[in-house]
Amino acid sequence: MPTNRSNQRIGLVLFTLYLLLYGGFVLLMAFDAEQLQVTGPGQVNMAVWSGFSLIVVALVLSLVYGWVCRSDGHAEAAGSTQAHDDAVSQGDGA
Amino acid sequence: MIYEASPIAVGCFFVFVGLTLGLSFFLGRKAKSSAGYFAAHGQIPWFVNGVAFAGDYLSAASFLGICGMIAFYGYDGFLYSIGYLAGWIVALFVVAEPMKRLGKFTFADALDARFGSKGIKLVAGISTLAVSIFYLIPQMVGAGVLVQPLLGFPHWVGVMLVGATVILIVVLAGMVSTTWVQFLKGSLLVVFSTILTVLILVRGFTAEEGGADGHAFRTLGPLTNTEPVRQAEALEKELASTWGLQGATITPAEGAWVDQPFVRIATGTDKGTTVWHLDKGEAGVFLRETQTLKKTADGQVLVNGMPKGTKKGEPELHPVGHVSRLPDGKDKTGSLGPLEFFSTLEESEVVLWGNKKLVHEDGSTTTVYFQKPTAGSRILQPGMHPRFQGIHSDKTLDKIDLLSLMLALFCGTASLPHILIRYYTVKDEASARKSTIVGIATIGFFYVLTLYLGLGAMTSGTLDVTNSNMSAPLLAFSIGEWLFAAISAIAFTTVLGTVSGLILASSGAVTHDLMANAMGMEMTDAQQVRVAKIASVVVGLVAIVLGVLFQELNVSYLVGWAFSVAASANLPSLVMCLFWSRTTRQGVIAAVVVGMTSSLAWILLSADTFSKVYGLDADQALVPFSQPGIVTIPLGFLTLVAVSLATQGTGPAPVAESPAEA
Repeated sequence: MPTNRSNQRIGLVLFTLYLLLYGGFVLLMAFDAEQLQVTGPGQVNMAVWSGFSLIVVALVLSLVYGWVCRSDGHAEAAGSTQAHDDAVSQGDGA
Repeated sequence: MIYEASPIAVGCFFVFVGLTLGLSFFLGRKAKSSAGYFAAHGQIPWFVNGVAFAGDYLSAASFLGICGMIAFYGYDGFLYSIGYLAGWIVALFVVAEPMKRLGKFTFADALDARFGSKGIKLVAGISTLAVSIFYLIPQMVGAGVLVQPLLGFPHWVGVMLVGATVILIVVLAGMVSTTWVQFLKGSLLVVFSTILTVLILVRGFTAEEGGADGHAFRTLGPLTNTEPVRQAEALEKELASTWGLQGATITPAEGAWVDQPFVRIATGTDKGTTVWHLDKGEAGVFLRETQTLKKTADGQVLVNGMPKGTKKGEPELHPVGHVSRLPDGKDKTGSLGPLEFFSTLEESEVVLWGNKKLVHEDGSTTTVYFQKPTAGSRILQPGMHPRFQGIHSDKTLDKIDLLSLMLALFCGTASLPHILIRYYTVKDEASARKSTIVGIATIGFFYVLTLYLGLGAMTSGTLDVTNSNMSAPLLAFSIGEWLFAAISAIAFTTVLGTVSGLILASSGAVTHDLMANAMGMEMTDAQQVRVAKIASVVVGLVAIVLGVLFQELNVSYLVGWAFSVAASANLPSLVMCLFWSRTTRQGVIAAVVVGMTSSLAWILLSADTFSKVYGLDADQALVPFSQPGIVTIPLGFLTLVAVSLATQGTGPAPVAESPAEA
């Protein structure tokens, strides 16, 4: 299985978070589109705000991920032993 | 509209192409081995690779298609921006690092890393080839659409020009030069889009009566006589007395004109006929001036009843796109802030354009383009484009169709072969991750700009009612000719870049997956590169032919097709290989085959294809809604799980996890 378990776990948590936001937006649009007509900050409606937010949140989550995984870059470049240990300790678990 | 080749645009284009080719020659000298040809030796800096992701991804469909859709239908086009960007989250969090770790040159490498199976290489190679070719068609069609008005060449010349240039780029140097071309193009696109956005905000909105050529579109009403068929005579009198149309005669509706919301009125001594749109709204009944384009059976083109001209000043369709009313009855807003832009538009009224095609008995057709004054608050809401009708529909199937499209956009990105191969051009997993983050930042920023660009184009007064794909370049034209030249040239390189990435992905699939691995042909490294170059030329020629054949098809429609097939065929097996240890070789093969064929079959049997491709009645379609993703993506996963469970313990044990080089 993949060598860097912790990266993968963080990735999946962030992925789930974004999936909920994106899914929430799509479902809201499909079943209760009136909510998007509500005026938000700066007299701009929620349709525009939620679209912009989804883009900005995607960037923020990706930066969070990059920051959390930052140590991994140096380790790999040096031919990490940690990655090796991870691989050994993982066994066959799904 | 009549487009005259602008010397600046032509000059700019050839300078761009010249620079691109020069760069390719220069960099191409270094790439002699297969690792260099397919993966640029894994030596591309992560930042460059990240911007190159943007170059690969922001295709003609993203740049021209989304801007055009927003310009014609408002917010709906922006839904594509949101969906396309969301797809990168799947790419970063799920696919990026394992792809880099497991593969060498192609998507099939990563899929097959645990199994060493020829079958997997075969189906994954075929699916790469299928998706790439489907994605190539809209790019080539887009190239032709661009060249026609900008340089004054016919459509097929544009397709040939782009095809030949791309083949040259790919054959010369493979991934190294392709990557640098993408980097260049990605940066230029973002920089110039930013400049355009700033200029749109500085310009603000102006209330007008028509487009940039000064033609004011007339609106008559509210009318007292509201039944032009039964009250023709009374209406003629009212038109003369109240609305100043002296001697107006209503032409009785016959043939294709019967039961249409259009009234043909002949006026003046020469009795020239103008077609008016009968608009029955809450505020009363209005007649609004339309524009017509008639194609006679013998190939003549008539614009508003007159033979279409060939030079400026002769009869042509008027450019459109104007704000008809600003808040508080203002004429001009002056420069606007980035939020003020939306709050002002929300309270304004914009004239959008609809169209209706009438087919006459003698084989001629008339397309009537009519005004649709639309409240700004409506424009900034989803649901105006026919494809997003599910939002305001009570039908469950329409809603499922909408969900299905948004799902395909979400899942499609991480399954596109030309995006996946870009993970092999960097040195390690950390670089793969970092370049994806740079890609998300660049692409996300651009997608935020698309809403400004699209709405700016909508109100620019320069739109061509017959061609939404031209909206972004025409927006630039409304600001200045130099900007128009730059944006057009960038749009060309956009097509060049994406097409070269796709051709490279296909040639990798043919050489590496199908010939070397699935068929077991023994090739030296140099032979592999030579075969790959021949494959590039063949795929390039196929793309040219398809680009000419499919020139009538809508670009974004074809892109949606490619996304659905990619997501259905590739994503289930990619994800399950990474996360489910009981996945078997047979499961992967079955999932790719079922995902690919079911999504393709669904599309071929859908209402969209029936009406747009076959020209049949949409009601005869054999599947309940047009977008396959919501059915075929889960079907891919189910197939993989079912077949894997059924084949546990059969065949050779999976090869221990190791990089493909081993």
